[in-house]
Parts: sequence; C-alpha cells; structure tokens
Amino acid sequence: MARILEDVFTAERAGSFQAIGRALPRIDAHSHVTGATRYYADRIFPNLLHAVMARSEHHHALIRHVDLSAAQAVKGVARILTHKDVPNNWYTILKLIGLGPDEEPVLAEDRVLYRGEPIVAILADTEAAAREAAAKVKVEYEELPAVLDVETAILPGTPAIKPHGSNVFVYEGRDHFHVHCGDTEAAFREADHIFEHSYQSSPIEHAPVETTGAIAVPEPGGRYTLHSNTQAAFFTLDNAALILGLPFRQLRVVGGTVGGGFGGKVDVIVEPIAVLGAMLTGRPVKYSFSRGEEMQVSSPRAAERIRIKDGVAADGRIIARDVRILVDAGAYSRHSPYGTIKAAAHMPGPYTVPNVTINAWCVYTNRTPSSAMRGFGVTIGDFALEVQMDRIARELGRDPFELRLQNAYRDGDLKAHRKTVEGAALVEVIQAAAERIGHPLSPECRAMSSCQRT
Amino acid sequence: MKSSYVSFTLNGEEKELLIEPGRRLVDVLREQCGATGTKNGCGQGSCGACTVHIDGVAMLSCLLPAELVDGSEIVTIEGVVRNRVLHVLQEAFLAQAATQCGFCTAGMIMAAKALLDCDPSPSRQAVIEALSGNVCRCTGYEPIIAAVLAAAATLAKRPAAAAAA
Ligand code: FES
Ligand code: FES
Repeated sequence: MARILEDVFTAERAGSFQAIGRALPRIDAHSHVTGATRYYADRIFPNLLHAVMARSEHHHALIRHVDLSAAQAVKGVARILTHKDVPNNWYTILKLIGLGPDEEPVLAEDRVLYRGEPIVAILADTEAAAREAAAKVKVEYEELPAVLDVETAILPGTPAIKPHGSNVFVYEGRDHFHVHCGDTEAAFREADHIFEHSYQSSPIEHAPVETTGAIAVPEPGGRYTLHSNTQAAFFTLDNAALILGLPFRQLRVVGGTVGGGFGGKVDVIVEPIAVLGAMLTGRPVKYSFSRGEEMQVSSPRAAERIRIKDGVAADGRIIARDVRILVDAGAYSRHSPYGTIKAAAHMPGPYTVPNVTINAWCVYTNRTPSSAMRGFGVTIGDFALEVQMDRIARELGRDPFELRLQNAYRDGDLKAHRKTVEGAALVEVIQAAAERIGHPLSPECRAMSSCQRT
Repeated sequence: MKSSYVSFTLNGEEKELLIEPGRRLVDVLREQCGATGTKNGCGQGSCGACTVHIDGVAMLSCLLPAELVDGSEIVTIEGVVRNRVLHVLQEAFLAQAATQCGFCTAGMIMAAKALLDCDPSPSRQAVIEALSGNVCRCTGYEPIIAAVLAAAATLAKRPAAAAAA
C-alpha cells in the first residue's frame, strides 16, 4: 500500500479520511465476477427494433439525392428516419453550459462533413435486416474538397467547411482563445536561452469493450425510458429532450453501468435516435454501435499540434513561455470548444512563469468529431510540456527533477489566467517520486514545500 | 431457410430451442436463455467478452452459429458459481481488484477457468497466452494475471476444491 505523507496538507486531511489510504472493494465487483451486473444491453425487450445508420462515404460532400426505395423493400424494415423526422435537428451538446451555436445535425440534411456521418436511420426487426437496408440506401453525392489538416484549415484561402464561414470556433468574437500575462516578447529578449519545439498527437479512440448504445422503451402516458450506457445521464436526458422537443419529465434515463467509457460515452449520439424511433413506431428501439462504428465514428480524443517557445535564464528559471495550440475538433464542436479552453487555461503547466502568451484554436476539419477523453485538453499539453522540460534540462545539463522543482508552482503564486494557486502538490509529488526511485536530490530541493517559498 | 430445433445443456439444464438459421450462440444465450452474463463486445472474434465453454473448451460465442452446438454441454459465467459459492477464480478476481467496468470479466474468467481446468498450476506465460484473446481496456491486465495465478495457488493448496470446481 502506498505511503501517505501525513505531514503535508493537514488542513485537507483533518484526520478523518474514510477511504484514502485503504483498499476498499468496488460495490459492483461481486456482480461483475458472477455475470449478474446488468448493462443496458442486458435488458431484453420483446418486439425490439434495431436502428442502423446509413453513413456518409465521403469526408465532405453535398447530398444531391437520397433514394430509400431499395432499403424500404428489405424484409423486416419497419421505418426509415430522415432529418425531416427530427423535431430539432440542429443542436450542439454544450448548449447546456451556454456554448453555441447549434451546428451539428442529428441526421445530415444537404451535406456531410465527415466520412461516417449519419444520413438516415433504418429501423428493422433484426439487426441483420437493418444493416442490409442501410447498405441499400442510395445517396448521390457531389464531392467537395476535404480539409483534413488543422494547419491548412486556418490558412487564409482554405475553403470554409462550416456555415459560419470559417474553420474555427469563435470565442466571443475572436477566432481563438487567448491568455496572457506579463510581457513575453520583452522577456524573450532578456532570456539567456530560447527553446522552441513542436509537438503533435493523433486522434485516440477509447475503444471500450462495450460499444456505445441505448435502448428506448415507450411507456404509458407518453413517457420513454432510456436504458443507456452514457457516462452523463442528465446531460443525455436534457440534450435528447431538447432535440426531440419533449418536456424533460417525459424522459427517464436508466444508466450508470458503463462497460468502459473513458470519456467516449459523454456525447449524446445514440439516444435521440433511439427515442425518436420509439416515438414514431411505439416499439422499443435499440441503437448500438458495431465495433467498426465505435472505431470510425465514436468521437476520439482530439489530435493536437502544440508549439512551445520558452525563454530561460542562465540559472534555469523559465522567464517566458509562448504556447500555440491547434485542437482538431473534427467536423463538429462536441466538447472541443471547451477542451480548447481547458488546453489554454492549463498552460504554462504546473510551473510559475512570469511572462506567458497562450493562443489556442479550436479548428474544424472534415474528420470524425473529437470530444471528451480522460483529461481532454490537458493530457496532450502535459505530454508536450514535460518533453519540453526534459529537453531544456538536457540542453542546460540540469537534473530534470531539480529543473522542475525550481520552476514548480506553489501556493499563493498567480497563474497565467490570474487565479491564485491553492493546494499545489507538485513539489511534494516530485520529492516523493525521486525518493521512490532512489534519485538523489540536493538538500535545498528536499527542503522545498508547496506551501511556502523560502 | 427454416428455423430448427437445437438441444444442449446450459449450466447443467436441458434446453431445446427453436433457432433461426445462422443465429449466433451469443444472441441465443442472451436473448433466448436470459444468460446475459456473456457479453457481446465486438461480434467479430476480437475481444473475448463472449467466451463460453463448449464441452469444456473455451470458445467465442459470437462466432458460433447456434445450430452447431446441438448436443453440447455449454457453461457460461452463470454456471461458474456452485451452490452460491464463488469459484476460486471469482474470489481471486475480487481480492486482486481484477475487475473494473466488468465488461470483460465474464470472458476473462471463462478463458482462465478453461486453462485451470486442464492445467491447475500454469506458468505466468501460460496465463498470458490463455488470456491473449481477451481484451480489457480498464485494468491493464496485471491484476487479472495476478488473480489467475493466485487462484492457481489456492487450488494447489486445496486439491479437493480443484476436483469440485
Ligand atoms: S464478442 Fe465475441 S470476441 Fe468479441
Ligand atoms: S474491466 Fe473494463 S474492460 Fe476489463
């Protein structure tokens, strides 16, 4: 069992931890090992319809015509949903926290912005019939040039793929999110060393063993029960009700048992279609991603491009940090405008740097929309920051632990976005890590504390 | 093609079911037998969540047309508990915190049990190989491997339990 440092954070501790420092069993572990846990798909309903999407074959195209006749003729097809069936087809998931505008259609209308975008939903008695019919939907496209690279997307002259006329999310009238403090340019001139490096990541799929899915069941009195593996039951309820034009009280979400989420089950993608199908047919409807769909169209962690420029004094103090971040939102916003704010606010990392400039763009491309995943907006930035710290240490011949300790933020410091640091723990974590692996630290570094500067 | 009758035993109980042609065993178990402990994680043989025992052999029920199991003895996770007593593997999964979201757990236990049933004291390498078709995205595998080895150690101390399992 990990040792807990009793001598730090006494205020938080207050002598009454119930769980920290103890190994407690999960309350659901017994039912997991016996197979008794009921995930959403373990609720079996008679007369169930299966929803399967016909999806865009192109990254970017106008839809000229959709021919449903062959699909309709498949035995077992009960109904086909198009955008015309969706009461409020345009939405954006973060409208619940005041981010707009509505910019994603539940089902595509006159164009598709990414390969795999849903166009029509087949509802059929069996999944096999629904898949067969989905494959028989004939869509005539007029292909448009695709924007697949974030750097290209923000160049002047690149065609705008979004109806608002640019390829970036607009933050209160600005084309990007900006944070600064101090005078970065002046500090670069004073610095003894300049380090400038670029970092990039690819989209990362959560790949939960249970794919995303939901079952909507009509109940008496015009209500619907939604059995879902969402990670965000109320978020799902509210967004689904807004899309469907239902009073919130008419939806009941049964969830909380998730077969792996990691942030990938926070968007509201399957539920509105399942409920709409149940509303229009009066039958229970299941919409569950196949493994292939989970890989192709469930939203991954955003790919990011990050450039960090640091001005460092001869003694190792970072006196200026300029960070440029491009977050690839893919075709629609989902959680990326918020993730981009997080990415910007997280800089310059857990270090106190007096002069900071941060510019972060939430960029649209014709890729699968990206969204939440474990610390999204922060994780890739941390990768970039910590590789940068190691590079600086190496170039200056400094111990990487001590360089970090020297620049570590402490309680009372001012962050770049002008919040005062409270409850910092970086110093103690680095000290404990060094001790665990037997990495020697100087007496000054061992004596440091997050709670005070000496 | 017409539906046909298929008989098998499921966790010791006789079953005779009318089965549509080509219907996968995983769907028959879950939807026609109510044995929902067996999971469908991919439907394409790549995750192991659907692992069950057919005549003592661990198999992927998502790849098996149910017609083929006519006359077989099938054991699923629901059949691993005997007289309300957890199997040593289940106890070990609890003790080693080898289950998180739990979605892979039934398949893991069925794959591990098939191993222990024929090799009660496997090497770590043998455990890794036996579980190599089972994906877990939560635990990082180490607690699962530790649980299987711990269960084997318990079985070695309790030969009677091994026989009963
Ligand atoms: S569901 Fe059978 S291997 Fe994944
Ligand atoms: S415990 Fe979640 S996939 Fe293994």
